[in-house]
Amino acid sequence: MADYKMHIMVCGGSGCRASESDKLTQNLDTALQKNGLEEDVQVVTTGCFGFCEKGPVVKILPDNTFYTQVTPEDAEKIVEEHIIKGRQIKHLLYEDPNAKELIPDSKHMDFYKKQVRLALRNCGFINPENIDEYIARDGYAAIGKCLSEMTPEAVIEEIKESGLRGRGGGGFPTGLKWDITRKSEADQKYVVCNADEGDPGAFMDRSILEGDPHTIIEAMAICGYCIGADKGLVYIRAEYPLAIERLKIALDQAREYGLLGEDILGTGFNFDIELKYGAGAFVCGEETALIHSMEGLRGEPTFKPPFPSVSGYNEKPTNVNNVETFANIPVIINKGAGFFSQIGTGSSKGTKVFALAGKINNVGLIEVPMGTTLREVIFDIGGGIKDGKKFKAVQTGGPSGGCLTEAHLDTPIDFDNLIKVGSMMGSGGMIVMDEDDCMVAVAKFYLEFTLDESCGKCSPCRVGNKRLYEILDKITQGKGTKEDLDKLRLLGNVVKDTSLCGLGQTSPNPILSTLDNFYDEYLAHVEDSKCVAGQCKALMQYKIIPDACSGCTLCFRNCPVGAISGERKSPHFIDQSICIKCGVCYEKCKFDAIEIV
Amino acid sequence: MEMINLTIDKKPVVVKEGTTILEAAAEIGIKVPTLCHMKLHDMGIENKPGGCRVCVVEVEGRRNLAPSCVTKVEEGMVISTSSIRALNARRTVTELILSDHPADCLTCAKSGECELQDLAQELGIREIHYKGEQSQYREDTSPAIIRDVNKCVMCRRCEMMCNEVQTVGVLSAVNRGFDAVVAPAFEMNLDHSVCTYCGQCVAVCPTAALTEVDHTGAVIRALSDPSKTVIVQTAPAVRAALGEEFNMEAGNLVTGKMVSALRQLGFDYIFDTDFAADLTIMEEGTELLNRLSKHLNGDKDVKLPILTSCCPAWVKFFEHQFPDMKEIPSTARSPQQMFGAIAKNYFTEKINVKREDLVVVSIMPCVAKKYESARDEFAHEGNPDVDYAITTRELASLIKLANIEFKSLPEEDFDQPLGESTGAGVIFGATGGVIEAAVRTAYEVYTGKGLEKVDFEELRGMEGIREATIDFDGLDLRIGIAHGLGNARKLLEDIRSGKSNFHAIEIMSCPGGCIGGGGQPYHHGDASVIRKRMEAIYREDANKTIRKSHENPYILKLYEEFLGEPMSEKAHHLLHTAYFDRSNKIES
Repeated sequence: MADYKMHIMVCGGSGCRASESDKLTQNLDTALQKNGLEEDVQVVTTGCFGFCEKGPVVKILPDNTFYTQVTPEDAEKIVEEHIIKGRQIKHLLYEDPNAKELIPDSKHMDFYKKQVRLALRNCGFINPENIDEYIARDGYAAIGKCLSEMTPEAVIEEIKESGLRGRGGGGFPTGLKWDITRKSEADQKYVVCNADEGDPGAFMDRSILEGDPHTIIEAMAICGYCIGADKGLVYIRAEYPLAIERLKIALDQAREYGLLGEDILGTGFNFDIELKYGAGAFVCGEETALIHSMEGLRGEPTFKPPFPSVSGYNEKPTNVNNVETFANIPVIINKGAGFFSQIGTGSSKGTKVFALAGKINNVGLIEVPMGTTLREVIFDIGGGIKDGKKFKAVQTGGPSGGCLTEAHLDTPIDFDNLIKVGSMMGSGGMIVMDEDDCMVAVAKFYLEFTLDESCGKCSPCRVGNKRLYEILDKITQGKGTKEDLDKLRLLGNVVKDTSLCGLGQTSPNPILSTLDNFYDEYLAHVEDSKCVAGQCKALMQYKIIPDACSGCTLCFRNCPVGAISGERKSPHFIDQSICIKCGVCYEKCKFDAIEIV
Repeated sequence: MEMINLTIDKKPVVVKEGTTILEAAAEIGIKVPTLCHMKLHDMGIENKPGGCRVCVVEVEGRRNLAPSCVTKVEEGMVISTSSIRALNARRTVTELILSDHPADCLTCAKSGECELQDLAQELGIREIHYKGEQSQYREDTSPAIIRDVNKCVMCRRCEMMCNEVQTVGVLSAVNRGFDAVVAPAFEMNLDHSVCTYCGQCVAVCPTAALTEVDHTGAVIRALSDPSKTVIVQTAPAVRAALGEEFNMEAGNLVTGKMVSALRQLGFDYIFDTDFAADLTIMEEGTELLNRLSKHLNGDKDVKLPILTSCCPAWVKFFEHQFPDMKEIPSTARSPQQMFGAIAKNYFTEKINVKREDLVVVSIMPCVAKKYESARDEFAHEGNPDVDYAITTRELASLIKLANIEFKSLPEEDFDQPLGESTGAGVIFGATGGVIEAAVRTAYEVYTGKGLEKVDFEELRGMEGIREATIDFDGLDLRIGIAHGLGNARKLLEDIRSGKSNFHAIEIMSCPGGCIGGGGQPYHHGDASVIRKRMEAIYREDANKTIRKSHENPYILKLYEEFLGEPMSEKAHHLLHTAYFDRSNKIES
C-alpha cells in the first residue's frame, strides 16, 4: 500500500453492492485514469463498514474522510474536488442527526465511538480479495506463532484463558471445546466453520466472510493444529454468493502462499479447507443438523450426546465453531489472552457483533465490548428510534430470543444477563421496535419463521409450534379468548421443555417474553378487541369524523372497493361491511378527517 | 463394564454403563410410555430417533425434560418418570400428535392394534386441548401397500426398516415443519419407486399410515358366487402365527384349526402351499444339481452360486438393484405361483372345472405376494394363476367376521391332492428352511445315499448372514443364507466383486424369514414372537412322518400323471420364470 499517496476505500459488502458500489468503484477508477492519478491513488474494495443505513460508504485515507450514500455519479466529483483540490464534498458527509453538524471523520461519529472492533477489525480496512493486505495487518502471524512457538496444548490454554465463548448462540467455552476434541482419539478429525447464518435480519457472519475471509482460514488452521485435524470444512449458505466467491479466492491465495495444504510454513503441519453449501435451512445452524447436511443426509438434528467433539462429521471428532468465534482467534493469539479478557464482563469476555435492524436510525453492523448496555447500543450507536417515535421493545437472539422492554435498557449485554431477563445472546440479531409495533403480531411473525424452519422431526416442535401459531393468529383476528392466553403459556412451556434441539427449545421465547412484558397488550386484543399499535387489521376500523370531513370526495374516488359513500360537500361514510382496511382513504385525506379506532 | 447407580421414582437401581433411562426403568418394572421407539432384541434392529418425545422424564438438575429412550444413565441421576411436569408434558405431546391425526378409529384398519390409540388410552386422554389444522395428503395405493400419510406420526420406524435394514431406500422424511412426513422421494407413489413391497414398513408402523391392500372383500364375493369353485392355499408361516390373532400365545401351531376355519368360511378345497414348496424343491433342487455338475465338469458358462427365488420382494429387489445378475437366481417360481399354475392347469382337469371358474386364494404371511400374484407373467389371457393373496391378518379378520370361535375349532386335515406336504415344505417359513429342504433332497439325489439325519442345525438360526459347508459325500457344498435385504445386498456385492465362493445361497427379505413377514400378526416390537414362530415351524417339521420333498407321494404322482420329470418342458413352462431388468424402470 506504500506506493500510493491516497486510498479510496469503497464498501463492497452485499448491502452497498446492492446500491451499486461496484459501479462506483469502476467510475472512480475511470475518473482517476482520466486525471492521470492511477499511480498515486488506489481504489480499494473493502468489506462492510457496518454503517449500512447510509450506504454505499466511502472512506478516504489518509485524511479519514467518511462519505455516505455515495452514488456512481459522485465518482468524478470525489476525484476532482477531494483528491485533486483537497476539498471535502459537503453533501456526502454524514450529518449528526442531533447536533445537526457535519462530521467529516468517522472517528467522531457516535456510531463508531463506542465500538471496539476485534472480529470486524479488518472489515472496511482491507481488500478481502488480496492476501497481502491481510498479511500487512498481522494476518497469518498467529498461525506462524502457533506452529513455531507454541504446542497445541499451549494454544488451547491461551484460548481458555481468554474466556472466549462461542458466538453462534450457545456460548460454550471455545477453549474447552477444542480441548475435548483434541482429547477424542481418532484417525481423522475435522474442523468445521458454521457459516449457516439464518436469523432474520442478521448478517454478522456474512460480513466477516465478505470483508475478511483470511481470518477464518487462519483460525481454522490454528484449530486444526490444536485438535489434530488436517481437514476443515466451511458450511456456508449458498445464498451468500459474494462471501463464497471471496472465500474461494482467499483459499486459492492461501494455498498459493503455502498457508494451506501440505507442510505449512515448513513445520510439517498439513491442513486444507473444503466448502460445503447449505440450502438455507435455519435448523442446519444446529451443529448435528449441520453435520448431517454435510454428510448428504436430511438436515435434522440428532440427540446429544454424543457431541460432535466426540462423534461428528463421518462419525469422527469434529470441532464446530461459528464464524465470529473463529474471527476472534488470531486476535487472542497475537495480542494475548490477557488483552482479550480485560474486555467484557465477568463471565463474557471480549466483544460481540450485532446486526442492528428494525425501527432504528442507524441500521447496520456493530461490534461492542460485552457489558455495553442495550441503551448505549440502541440510542448512542444506533442513533435512537426512527422518525422520533417511542422505543417499545428490542428483540435479541433472533427468532429464539425474547422481547425486552424499556425496563431492561440498562442491562449490560452478556450471555448470562440476557438469559436472566428472559432473552438470549443468540448469534447477534437485534431488532428494535417502536410504538407502532403490535407485540402479538411480533410474536406471531417470529413463530411463523420457526414454524417454517422446523425440521419436523420431534412432535412438540412440529405440531406444537403450529398450534401456538394458530392461537396467535386467532388473537390477531380478534377471535382470541383469555383462555387462549393461558394455553399459549402452557403449551409454550411444554414445547420448550420437550423439544429435541435448540430450535424448538427456544421457539416459544418470543411468545413467553411478550406475554411477560406486554400482557396488557394481549389482554386488550382478547377482551376489548383492540390492537393498541393499530397493526392487527381485523381489530381496527377506519371511520370518518363528520365534523372534519369537507366532502371533497377524494376518499370516495380512491377507495378500491367502493366502501365509501356520500354527497359532494357533505360528510362521507365508510361501510364497515365492505371496507378491506387497506388504509388508502386514511393516506389520501387532506383534512385528517379519517381516524383509526 | 462399569456399573451405574441411580434412582428412578425413588427406587435405587444399578445398571450397566450405556443403559438408557428407559431400559433402566424397565429393569425395575417401570414402563415409561413410548411411541417412536422400537427395539427388536437379538436382531440388531432399533429405532430411536428420539423424535416423538412421549417418553420424556424429569432428571433432577437438568434444564429440560429428558427423552428416556436415548438418554443414557449417569452416576447419581435422580429421575422421576411420573412427576407432574413429566406427566403434563407427555400428555400434551400426545395430544399434539392426536391433534394432527384423523379421529376415525371406529373404521380404521389398525383399530385395536394401533399403538397411538393404546397410548391415548394409557394416558387417559379424553379431550384434545390444542386443536387446529390437520395434514391433508393424498392416499397412495400400490399393488400391495397403502400409504395413508395423514396417519403418519413421524416415528420413522418405516424409514429405518426401509433404509437401514432393507437398504431399499424408498421411504424417508420429506418436507419441513408441520408438513414433514415420511414418503418416497418427491412424494411419488410407491409403485413409481423401487419399493420391493417387503412390507417391513407395514410390520412396524404404529398406526395405519402403512397397511396392506385389503382383498378380503373380493374373497367374500368369490366365496358367495355359486358359479365359482374357490380353493385356498396356506403358506407355511401362517400356521405358526395365526393363533396370535386370537389371543393365543405366540408359537402355537394352529394348522388343524386353520384348515377347519377355512372350511367353515366356505372354501371348496383347502390346500397347502407346503405341497408347492415340495414341488419347488424338486425343480430348484434339480436346477441346482444340474448347474453344479456342469460347473464341476468345467462348463464356464454356468454361473454359481444359485440363489433361491421364493421371495417376491427379493426378486423385485434384485431386478431393481442387481439386474446385471438376474441370470444367477433359480428360475423356479415361488411356491405360491407353482401352486397357482398347478391348480389352474392340473387341478382344473382333475375336477373338470374351467380355468376362469376356478378362484385361487392364497393365505400368505407376506404383502409382496399380492404384488407377485399380479405380475403379468403369472397370468394366462388375463386370468391370474393366483387370484387373491391375502395376509395372515386378513384371514384372521375374515374368521372374526364369520363369527367363528377359532380357539375351540376342531383340528382338520387338508384336502388332497394338493394338500399333502412334507417337513421340508414346512420349514420354508423360516430363514434357512428353503436351503435345508433343498439339501435334504439334493444330497440323496446327488450321492444316491439315504440321509441318516435330516436336521441340518448348522443352517438354522437368527444371525442375519450365515454360512455352512455340507459334506456331499466328498464334495463340500458351500451354502450362504441371508435374511433381510441389507444382508442380501452384502452377499450380492460379494458375488459381483468375485469374492463369493458359495454354491448356493438362500435369501429371504424379511428378518427371520416368512415367519417375520409383513403380513403376519403385528409383533409390536417384541422379537421373541418371531423366535417362537420359528420354533413352531421346526416342531411341525419334526412331527411330520415324511420330511423330504422327493418322498411326497402326491408330488411323485403329479410328475407321473402330468409333469413328466423335474425341469421337463411342461415343468419349465408352468413352474419356471424369467426376470427383468428394472434398473431404469418406473413401475406402474
